[in-house]
Amino acid sequence: MNSGLASEIVQLTLEHLTLVLVSMALAIAIAVPAGVLITRRAAWRPWVLGFANVMQTIPSLALFGFLIPVPLIGGIGKRTAIVALVLYALLPIMRNTLVGILGVDAAVRESAVAMGMTGRQLLWRVEMPLAARTILAGIRVATVTTIGTATIAAAIGGGGLGVFIFRGIASVDTAQILAGAVPAACIALAADGALGWVERRFT
Amino acid sequence: MSAAVEFRAASYRIGEREILKSLTLTVEAGETLVLLGRSGSGKTTALKMVNGLLLPSAGEVLVDGVATTSWEPVRLKRRIGYVIQEIGLFPHYTVAQNVGLVPQLENWDAPRIRARVDTLLRQVGLDPEQYAARYPAQLSGGQRQRVGVARALAADPSVLLFDEPFGAVDPVTRLDLQKQFLALRRDLGKAAIFVTHDVREALMLATRIALLRDGALELLATPRQFLDAAGHEALAFLACLDWKVDRQ
Repeated sequence: MNSGLASEIVQLTLEHLTLVLVSMALAIAIAVPAGVLITRRAAWRPWVLGFANVMQTIPSLALFGFLIPVPLIGGIGKRTAIVALVLYALLPIMRNTLVGILGVDAAVRESAVAMGMTGRQLLWRVEMPLAARTILAGIRVATVTTIGTATIAAAIGGGGLGVFIFRGIASVDTAQILAGAVPAACIALAADGALGWVERRFT
Repeated sequence: MSAAVEFRAASYRIGEREILKSLTLTVEAGETLVLLGRSGSGKTTALKMVNGLLLPSAGEVLVDGVATTSWEPVRLKRRIGYVIQEIGLFPHYTVAQNVGLVPQLENWDAPRIRARVDTLLRQVGLDPEQYAARYPAQLSGGQRQRVGVARALAADPSVLLFDEPFGAVDPVTRLDLQKQFLALRRDLGKAAIFVTHDVREALMLATRIALLRDGALELLATPRQFLDAAGHEALAFLACLDWKVDRQ
C-alpha cells in the first residue's frame, strides 16, 4: 500500500468521524428533549414520531438530494450532510427516550410525586436514570446507522470515507471501495462495542 | 385546634361517574382511621384527596386546617407520608437513599439525614449496618414494605396515608407488619388513614372504621361498635370472619 493512500485513509476517516460525531451530538440534543416532551404531551406524540418516522422512510440518497435546493440548511457540502444525518438519527433516540420514560414503573412515579418531587426532580432523579439504559440503546442504534449512512454524504460533497466508495464504483476499483468500506465497518464495530459497554454499566 | 385531616362534603367525579359522594369525616392526631370497603368503593380515591394527588370536584379536604387546594402542592405532599401496596421504592437508590429522600429534598445536611435514616430503619426493625447500603431488589417483600414505611416517616410528617400497604405480602409477614404498625402508632402519635378491604386488618388496626360503599360513607364506628353493626354492608364484611375450617 503506498503512503499516499494510507494518509488519505487517515484523513477521510477523521472527516468521517467528525461528520458522525457532530451529527450524533445534534441528534441527541434534539431527540432526547423531544422524546421527554412527548412523554408530557401525549397529543403531540403521533405528530413528532410521525415526522421522525417519515424522515427514516426516505431513501438516504434521496434525502441528501432533496436537501440540496433547500435554503439555509441545503446546498453542497458538509452542512447538508450533517442535516440529513441528524434527521436520520432522530427516530431511534426519540422513540427510545419515550419508551424508556413511559416504562418507569407507575408505582415508582406515583410515590415520587406523592413524596413531593417537583416535575424537574421527577425527571432528573427518577425518570432519566431509570430510562438511561433504553435511551443509550437508541443512541447506539442511531450511531451505528449513522456511521454507515455517512458514507453517502460524499455524494453531495460531504466528504468522509464515502469518497473512496464512490470513486471506487466510478472507476470499478475494488481496492478503492474497500479502502472506504473497511474503515467504516471498523468504526461501526468499535462504536457498537463501546456504546454497548457503556449501556451494560447502567443496570 | 383543627383536626389533622377533615373531609367536608368532599366529592370526586370523573365525567358522569361519582366515585366519592360527599364524604364528611375528621381524623385527629394519634388516631388511625381505617377506610374499609370493597374494590371500587372509593377508599383509595378518598386517600389520594388528602395529599392532593386528587383534588375534590366539590366540597373540600382540609389538612391542618387548610384546604388542599390552597396548599402549595409540593409542600403538602412533603408533609404527608404515603405508603402504597406496590411500595414504589426507587430501584436505582439504596435503602438509605430511599429513606432519606424527602429529608434530602428538604435540604437537610448529610449527617442529620444519616442519623435519621439509622433511627428509622431501627424503628421498622431493620439493622442499618446490614440493610442501609442494599438496593430494593436485594430485599424480601416484607423488608421492602418496612423500608416503604420508614421512607414515609422520614421527614416527620403530621399525617400518614397507607393504601393497602400489606396486601401483597404473605399472611405471616403481614401479621408481623401489622403488629409493628400498632407499636409504631403508639410511639408516633400521628394521624393515620389506612385503606384496606380486609375486615380483620381493619378491626386490628383501627381506632375508628369508616365503611364505604359505592363512594358513600355507610358507617363510622369503633372496632367494637363495628362488630355489633347491623347494616347490610357491615354484615357482609363481618361474614368474612365467621367462616371456620370444618375439622370433621
